[in-house]
Amino acid sequence: MRAWIIGRAAKWRGLVQSVATLRLQRHATLEQALNAVESYRGLARDLATARRLVPNSRTTAALESLYAQLHALISRKPRGATAGLLDLLRTDIPQAAHELRARIAGMALLMSISAGAGGWLITTLPTLIGLFAAEPMIARVEQGHLWTEGILNITPSSVMSVGILANNIVVSVLAFCAGIFFGLGTFYLVALNGLMLGAIFAFVHQHGLAAALFTFIIAHGPVELSVICVAGATGVALGESIIRPTLGTRRDSFQACTHRVAPLLLLCAALLVGCGFIEGFVSPDPRFPLISRIVIGVSYWTVMVILMSGGLFRRSAPDSNSLAET
Amino acid sequence: MDERISVQSVTGVDLTLNIAGPGNRSYAFLIDWHVRLLLGGAWLIIAAYALKLSLSARSHDALLSLLPAAIVYFLYHPILEVTMRGRTPGKRMAGIRIVNRNGGTPSTAALLIRNLFRLIDSLPTLYVIGLVTCFLTANRVRIGDMAAGTLLVVDDAAAGESLIRLEALAGSHLPLDTLELADQILERWPTLGSDSRRSIAGSLLRHLERGGDAAGLAKLSEAELRARLQALLDARGPPASG
Repeated sequence: MRAWIIGRAAKWRGLVQSVATLRLQRHATLEQALNAVESYRGLARDLATARRLVPNSRTTAALESLYAQLHALISRKPRGATAGLLDLLRTDIPQAAHELRARIAGMALLMSISAGAGGWLITTLPTLIGLFAAEPMIARVEQGHLWTEGILNITPSSVMSVGILANNIVVSVLAFCAGIFFGLGTFYLVALNGLMLGAIFAFVHQHGLAAALFTFIIAHGPVELSVICVAGATGVALGESIIRPTLGTRRDSFQACTHRVAPLLLLCAALLVGCGFIEGFVSPDPRFPLISRIVIGVSYWTVMVILMSGGLFRRSAPDSNSLAET
Repeated sequence: MDERISVQSVTGVDLTLNIAGPGNRSYAFLIDWHVRLLLGGAWLIIAAYALKLSLSARSHDALLSLLPAAIVYFLYHPILEVTMRGRTPGKRMAGIRIVNRNGGTPSTAALLIRNLFRLIDSLPTLYVIGLVTCFLTANRVRIGDMAAGTLLVVDDAAAGESLIRLEALAGSHLPLDTLELADQILERWPTLGSDSRRSIAGSLLRHLERGGDAAGLAKLSEAELRARLQALLDARGPPASG
């Protein structure tokens, strides 16, 4: 046994050094990769022998550790950022959107009903607006001005955009992650957003500012609100995967569902970056007329729908004539 | 609760992974938290004093002063975990790394998902949900790990060192278990307290040098005890059985 360990020691030393080198490298050559696979096989044999001959020794523990490191090294996926992104846009996002279409519609319905409820509440009991809006904002609307007027004089568009997009992304991610609470967290977030939207609209309507608020939100609102519904749908799917697991365990089902729907959340985040810039540069700027805001809002929403359907990056179908010729 | 898991591999020899517990996780997180706080703070100081930028959130300068600091602070974990393939400086210092449930390097998607769920794990404050989940789950994982299908395992860098030293120690006449013990004591010597050094080294030397003078060993200084242990490791002789 001692002779065996002494005989293998030099090989293990070489392996420790090559593993350390490979771990630091971003790319391995073909020769390095083949050597690593061969070393992995050899190390597996050595480890099996060491487990049998010296089961609780430090040498065996060290071989276990080296084996785990080499296993991680040879099983790492090659980097392919462009191909991965194209796959995401062509396959993963459209598949997730297709799978979640009923839930997206459900979230849109929930938001609409909540908005209606919020509007009804404030129309019936106007004093409750204090539950949804801050005191300075209420005072400004009561004076006949929207809180968004002159906002560019206080905060630059660029800074405002970054702040808005960061906040929106956090809300969307929270709507997704809150699905872990059996979907209830997501329902709460979407319903609350709808309730606030309806309440604020009803309040500004009472002061004759509904048209001004519509003008403000029409450029960024369609995508922003749609994204909240989409993020909500991903959260509901998470909750459902725990309540009604489709795989062996709830944990497996939850994990599989997360991986399936997460690409859609990535698209949501990217769209919210655009929304942030529109909300920072276009929405508060009085030089943009209503029609241009509507065009921007509708166009951006169309881009979102096309991206979700996978239409923008769809592979062109092979030409049937050329196939026939071959 | 078992702290080790076995994972099947293509060679037929199962992989044994030591699961990192909440202590290791917290240690790594604290180091990382300090690193990102220091980096973000350093940038703010540079921006304010060297570049003379305003730190007001309502000025144009905010994009150059506050934004980079915020990016360092909030995107530290996802960016470093993806680029360092499941490790961060804190995890490296704590001797842990992220792997997938097959023991392999996790994908970029898994690492990003793991980090998204920090929003939930950090609730209501100080990662209470994450820590409680770690204590309650079989593989000591937080919600982010469950969602991503990842585990935190011990990455024993010193194990490689012991294999490297094994070749140098191979000629020693000591039995393998004693050789490993003496080597481990010497390796941990700097971290041991004075009393521990004297008691452990003295005990081992008394055992190895049968008939040795116990009173004489007690009089030796720590440096002399260490030298005696090293001499035993370096001593060449006929191979011992076992």
